[in-house]
Amino acid sequence: MSANFVALAYLIAAVLFILALKGLSSPISARRGNMFGMIGMAIAVLTTLTITQNLIYIALAIIVGGAVGAVVARRIQMTAMPELVAAMHSLVGLAAVLVAMSAFYNPVAYGIAPLHASNLIELFIGTFVGAITFTGSIIAFGKLSGKLGSKPLHFAGQHWFNLLLGVVMIAFGIMFIFTESWTPFLIMIALALLLGVLLIMPIGGADMPVVVSMLNSYSGWAAAGIGFTLNNNMLIIAGSLVGSSGAILSYIMCKAMNRSFFNVILGGFGGGDGEAGGAGEVEQRPVRSGSADDAAFLMGNADSVIIVPGYGLAVARAQHAINEMAEHLIGKGVKVRYAIHPVAGRMPGHMNVLLAEAEVPYDQVLEMDEINNEFADTDVVLVIGANDVVNPAAKTDPNSPIYGMPIIDAHKARTILVVKRSMAVGYAGLDNDLFYLDKTMMVFGDAKKVVEDIIKSLQH
Amino acid sequence: MSSAVDPVIINLTVFVLAVVVGYHVVWNVTPALHTPLMAVTNAISGIIIVGAMLAAGPEQLDVGTVMGLIAVMLAAVNVFGGFLVTQRMLSMFKKKSK
Repeated sequence: MSANFVALAYLIAAVLFILALKGLSSPISARRGNMFGMIGMAIAVLTTLTITQNLIYIALAIIVGGAVGAVVARRIQMTAMPELVAAMHSLVGLAAVLVAMSAFYNPVAYGIAPLHASNLIELFIGTFVGAITFTGSIIAFGKLSGKLGSKPLHFAGQHWFNLLLGVVMIAFGIMFIFTESWTPFLIMIALALLLGVLLIMPIGGADMPVVVSMLNSYSGWAAAGIGFTLNNNMLIIAGSLVGSSGAILSYIMCKAMNRSFFNVILGGFGGGDGEAGGAGEVEQRPVRSGSADDAAFLMGNADSVIIVPGYGLAVARAQHAINEMAEHLIGKGVKVRYAIHPVAGRMPGHMNVLLAEAEVPYDQVLEMDEINNEFADTDVVLVIGANDVVNPAAKTDPNSPIYGMPIIDAHKARTILVVKRSMAVGYAGLDNDLFYLDKTMMVFGDAKKVVEDIIKSLQH
Repeated sequence: MSSAVDPVIINLTVFVLAVVVGYHVVWNVTPALHTPLMAVTNAISGIIIVGAMLAAGPEQLDVGTVMGLIAVMLAAVNVFGGFLVTQRMLSMFKKKSK
């Protein structure tokens, strides 16, 4: 097949990828969008097959990899999506490194021989981004899946060491560009692999949504970098789409946590000295507590209820129960909606997927910005498994570590119900004034148990 | 001024335009679908499979083609896994059935 025809087929595939992302602007068009993406990928792969040999080996590799991917996609728990995504980023990173090494080994295969200085520079960039993505994602995967401790790992002079490592890596990269030899190339790769580990190790569990988004971005840039080397526009386009997507998600997550990007990269939350003191000073203040029956009574007699779920809801596996409870309330004529903070889950949009899995209709699920104005007119707010994202200190206390973080305005509702195991503090290690308001009632217990008791009570 | 444009410049043009398009398209994605967005971008970054197939392409099997084949396999996990898990997630998003 002629090179021109291949390039045109790639153009079609690239447009289909753009349509795949565009479809995600609404749940209605999203499935069609995903279909476009699959067609685009099929076109890209089939077109490439016409210009390669070793068809049997390549087909075999696709079948093996594809089967693994398909099985994982079918079996994965929705709570484990962040791990899956991190694992997939690492695969792209490793694939990029392998392709780069192969391109350097045999540039004729790509029609880029003899290698120019520009090819070598692109090769260097694509390779080190890929290598950092590979090991960084493995560490992120380990932390998310609990195989590695989620605690940030620090050592003295860490940032300087990383900087030095980065500089040395670039020096070997430059040496590679000038000498065109394997030794500096491989040393550069080894250093980039190490850098990936060291960059992610110090980042704490609470910051993982940012890290996953960032590695998402890197995996895209790595693919785009390889596209530059191979003069392949489709790789450049697809890689750039992924790269900008990950960058935007990182930005959104940072904003939702009121953190700067550099702040996240250069050290975890809770690593500072000032913050530890704040956590120790939790004073004993009286709270009003009630039973599941009280909660059921309050919600059953309300006109409107907003549920504020946090990751604790998923930990307690209470999503299905909460949907059942909502259906009972709706049956009694109560208006029920959910308010989602951007960092309610462990990755962007995670809570929405967890609720959708529990068959909560998506038109009941609203984003923080969409629903925040309505709390003042709401009878009952049910906060369940969430803590820091409803802490009014973020608005009122300039000394609070989370001051400035956007929060869900649960405190404005007429009555606030908080389901919680105990008075323990949240991720940020802070006490929450919301719990001590006169209009707040605490319902202590396991989220799932409490919700099931509320359902029983509502049935009477 | 020479008449032929360096391929690097063409690549850069495509790159910058793609970033601009990506920026606008992604900001339009509803926050409720950010997790499917990540999954589908996982699949799309599996496009590296095309580079891997070219690496695995030359008839003579050597270090280069074997690395290419491994990369094809890894990228295929992403392509299939990414699109299928996205589809699975999107099928969960339903409106009220009433």
